[in-house]
Amino acid sequence: MDLSYNAEELAFRDEVRGWLRSNLPAELRQKVESYQELSKDDLLRWHRILADKGWVAPDWPKEWGGTDWTVTQRYIFEEECGFAATPPLVAFSLRMCAPVLLRFGTDAQKQKFLPRIYKGEDFWCQGYSEPGSGSDLASLKTKAVKQDGHYVVTGQKIWTTLAHYADWIFCLVRTDGSKEKRQDGISFLLIDMKTPGITVRPIILMDGGHETNEVFFDDVKVPVENLVHEEGKGWTVAKYLLGYERMGTGRIGASKRELARLKELAAHHTKNGKPILDDPRFRDRLTRVEVELMALEITNLRFLDQMRRSGKPPGADVSMLKIKGTEIQQAITELMMQAAGPLAQAYRPVDAMDFDHFTARLAPRYCNMRKATIYAGSNEIQRNIIAKATLGL
Amino acid sequence: MNFELSDEQQLLADSLRKYLANDYSFDARAQIVASSTGYSEKTWAAFAEMGLLGIPFAEEHGGFGGNAVDLMSVMEVMGESLVVEPYWTNVGVAGRLIATGGSEAQRKRILPALIQGKQRLAFAHTEAASRYDLRSVGARAKRSAGGFILEGEKRAVLHAAAADTLIVSARTSGADGDPSGISLFLIDRGARGVTLKEYRTIDELRAADLWLNDVSVPADALLGGEGQALGLIEDVADYATALLCAEAVGGIRYANDTTLEYLKTRRQFGVPIGTFQALQHRMVEMVISYEQARSMACLACVKVEAAGGAERRRVISAAKIKVADACRHVSQESVQMHGGMGMTEELKVSHTFRRLTMIAQTFGDAEHHLERFAAADAAATA
Repeated sequence: MDLSYNAEELAFRDEVRGWLRSNLPAELRQKVESYQELSKDDLLRWHRILADKGWVAPDWPKEWGGTDWTVTQRYIFEEECGFAATPPLVAFSLRMCAPVLLRFGTDAQKQKFLPRIYKGEDFWCQGYSEPGSGSDLASLKTKAVKQDGHYVVTGQKIWTTLAHYADWIFCLVRTDGSKEKRQDGISFLLIDMKTPGITVRPIILMDGGHETNEVFFDDVKVPVENLVHEEGKGWTVAKYLLGYERMGTGRIGASKRELARLKELAAHHTKNGKPILDDPRFRDRLTRVEVELMALEITNLRFLDQMRRSGKPPGADVSMLKIKGTEIQQAITELMMQAAGPLAQAYRPVDAMDFDHFTARLAPRYCNMRKATIYAGSNEIQRNIIAKATLGL
Repeated sequence: MNFELSDEQQLLADSLRKYLANDYSFDARAQIVASSTGYSEKTWAAFAEMGLLGIPFAEEHGGFGGNAVDLMSVMEVMGESLVVEPYWTNVGVAGRLIATGGSEAQRKRILPALIQGKQRLAFAHTEAASRYDLRSVGARAKRSAGGFILEGEKRAVLHAAAADTLIVSARTSGADGDPSGISLFLIDRGARGVTLKEYRTIDELRAADLWLNDVSVPADALLGGEGQALGLIEDVADYATALLCAEAVGGIRYANDTTLEYLKTRRQFGVPIGTFQALQHRMVEMVISYEQARSMACLACVKVEAAGGAERRRVISAAKIKVADACRHVSQESVQMHGGMGMTEELKVSHTFRRLTMIAQTFGDAEHHLERFAAADAAATA
């Protein structure tokens, strides 16, 4: 048993770390570190820096710009990015739309979309959830009717993250409502956000931020060539994607960075004249989070080692990483807010006063991160998946 | 990076598992527990025969020169089967003290006999007031003409009555709680002035309280440097804790397997109770606890010999925190999900509950290690 990386992997880690140090713009790093909202320009700026380097889509096939890294190298790269506080990559484009096109798309679709995704020319969002279809995704109602070489789409999507930045949306729609099994009759469509009939309405979350939206479709005409895979086979595509979505949800590198920041914060803020870090009640809670994170890092590496050995994609076990990873992320935000104590009450300046304290970002961050156990398949759904697929219950 | 067991490690674990399946059924174990000694000489001889007693010791003494990782899978199997023989005490604790602290002569005299199953040891350290503080030693050893004279009391000495030789800590200088001044002595269990009161533990092992009344030992009974034993004791506590984490992982795995089986077979309201989501989600949490505990047991076994100082303390305490929490979580849930049956002597799950409960507070409970982790973390990053 050997828990350390081999010489090549260590060299790779150092290469990535060194490159990030000199290529991640300081203002982007600071924004990420201090939990400030990232603009579309911020996201795309980082996307293009990585694209220029050739590292923006490591898991794509080499011919489309992939890096041909091993699973371990990909993991190292992600953790180093998290640790260095890079902006997130646009997962809807790179990690969701692209893998679907690569697996199910026609040559024409690949040629049309993949290079633009790679270069950051198209920004994608995901049209899955509907007001009545959250965890129970297969109950979705948005309708697509075929007419004269088009699908005419009518309905509503919700929780559409970054739809207000998006050029395109990939959608699950119902093309046949007569099927007995709800999973049948669903299709996967690519829709240009500029098409007439699409309305995007912001949803403001409790931290005051604008990340998600409602998207309304009112007789939106989508060319039939924008269908991915066969008509009525959208559920197969969606299931394929869900595994992808859960990959990398452990976010070990980012949590390590945030935990270090939490310790700094707790060393700085005092209780009875002593750092709150040395308060046993606070410290015990922090330590338990740190221990869970240490354990999760090893658990993640163990899964990786299994994947490497078997050459198979991850199974239902990945759900465990999502559950633990998001619980840890949430616990850190809570402890950060508590470390700041009464100072965490400050939120936003009323007028133009100078007001940019890190502590003012902590309560909003805490509020915002409640989403982590809800999105990408709520943690309850993840438990269902493990119960069913791993335990046979 | 490689989490696979080596062929040798796999072979050892497999042969032990096979032996236990044939010769150490739950019923057979119950008879051993009920016997006068509370352990089986036959099993002990079989462990010696399989080479299990020699895994971590030097080849020159008849061992395999292995490390904590080599012991890990063996300890997991011991945990699955709730082995009551004093394996951990001899190989992980007392034997380790001899191997790391003993003189050439002591190692030559004791280790080959231990490895062959001919001599057993126990470690008498804990006292009534010491709790988990390894520096808290009140027993005293005074220089005499021919060696030392010991006076004091020890509590909860695991497997003392099964031992031929006791390794006893006593203070040759300083006050209770001082880091220096602690010494270790090898004492025959039957020596004059040694009184044992043996009892059963809740997890069906044997332990004893120990009185040392004017016990006279020769100078060469001293193990390690006079007054310098704390380092040795801390080393062995960390080493033995890493192994205990592995044993716990085996116990937790058994508790999970048997609970999952029960969820699938026990029917209520006309359906298996495993169809209830309230139980499914709790079962999943138990599996996650197991995986996280197993990860920390791996980390502990790899690091306990590779790392030193504050880093070693930090990792071992982290592992014990996670494992103790997982022991408590899984043991409690496994009994709860078995309902009334989980409460009974009849089911192995209640025995596993007891063992996991005691592992959680051997060489420090979660609270002790939370405190130690914080101190080690500050020292490691300073």
